[in-house]
Amino acid sequence: MSELELEDRARFEQLVLPHVDAAFNLARWLLRGRADAEDVAQEALLRACRFFRGFHGGDARAWLLQIVRNTCYTWLEKNRPMELSMEFDEEIHLQACATPETLAIAGDDRERLILALETLPPRFREILVLRELEGCSYKEIAAITSIPIGTVMSSLSRARRQLCSALANSSTKGAVREV
Amino acid sequence: MKCNFADTLLQCYFDGELSGRAAAGFERHVQHCAHCATELVDLDLLRGSLQLTQLYKPAPASLRRTINAYIHPVAPSKAVSQPLLWHWLAAAAAMLLIGIVLWKASPGLRSDDYQAELAGEIVDAHVYSLLPGHLTSTSSNDEQDVKGWFKGKLTFALPIRDFANDGFALQGGRLDVVGERSVAVLVYARPEHLINVFIWPTRERDTSPRVGSRQDYQWIDWRKGKIEFCIVSDGPTADLQQLQRLFTK
Repeated sequence: MSELELEDRARFEQLVLPHVDAAFNLARWLLRGRADAEDVAQEALLRACRFFRGFHGGDARAWLLQIVRNTCYTWLEKNRPMELSMEFDEEIHLQACATPETLAIAGDDRERLILALETLPPRFREILVLRELEGCSYKEIAAITSIPIGTVMSSLSRARRQLCSALANSSTKGAVREV
Repeated sequence: MKCNFADTLLQCYFDGELSGRAAAGFERHVQHCAHCATELVDLDLLRGSLQLTQLYKPAPASLRRTINAYIHPVAPSKAVSQPLLWHWLAAAAAMLLIGIVLWKASPGLRSDDYQAELAGEIVDAHVYSLLPGHLTSTSSNDEQDVKGWFKGKLTFALPIRDFANDGFALQGGRLDVVGERSVAVLVYARPEHLINVFIWPTRERDTSPRVGSRQDYQWIDWRKGKIEFCIVSDGPTADLQQLQRLFTK
């Protein structure tokens, strides 16, 4: 294992360490568990550290998130392969589209929102997290996920619609339960 | 009613990805299109709920600590002062005792639970050992040197052997705490990776080797002659199996 030279170390601290939160947040939403996320984010950060010499300027956050993402997918493939093959059944889920009212109700309920987000397939979840929580541009998302910008746009659109429906479904179910 | 502008263009506008000119054009459109106006409200509500509910998860302090430890390695202390060492060993012995008592008190643990728990602890210890300065307390490829270092620190006979001729070069050893056990660790190097062999006394019967993996790490665990061995590495399982055979030869 190669260690960082002093000079690289300072650069790593300055460029990469400010994005530790972003790294953990992405891992947390991709893996859905805090403990797994910490393990995998740590592995990704150590990997980033080891391969830092290969980083020749540019967007350090995108570079780090790319490593985190790849580490998460490798982990998922190994530990929960079923999850990666899971495809959102639009036939079932998109029948009820959310109205502003159901969204407003759902918005009050944090648990419901977390649950709805976690029911999305990982690839849609990650795109929403990068756009809405991390504030990444389409171009940055394309760089992190290695998919073309056009696909980023269509995936984001589908992801948003699916999240709406998942929320609408959960609020109807919630209402039924409350009755 | 469906609108031709809907979806991609609307979404690009909402995400601030349209140029000034295209954005102005879309704004003119929205003034006359109820469909797009409603869609925009929906998107905004969705974003609002995602951001207002504090879904962002900042990194735990422990993660920052580990990364910092990795970037700022502490040089391994050559001479640990005796009182400090004894202090540490006493603590380790106490923990071992507690471990044994707890172990005895919970005979209900099934072998699978045991394996899963052990794998987690061993992999954690392995990853921690890879941080600079944590791998070995005595660095030597000489069996006698390493034996000398462990002398008086263990309550069982530790089989220390260098397998350099078979491609597993002894790097040294250390004492480690895994879960609640105090264990001896021998470190071996392959060209591509390092291998930790955790060794501790047991009262259980001999078992044949069990292979497992966790995250990107492979492990093999077995018991022989009242001693338990667990080999762990990020290298291929075949390497671990070869080392396991060398140990039982």
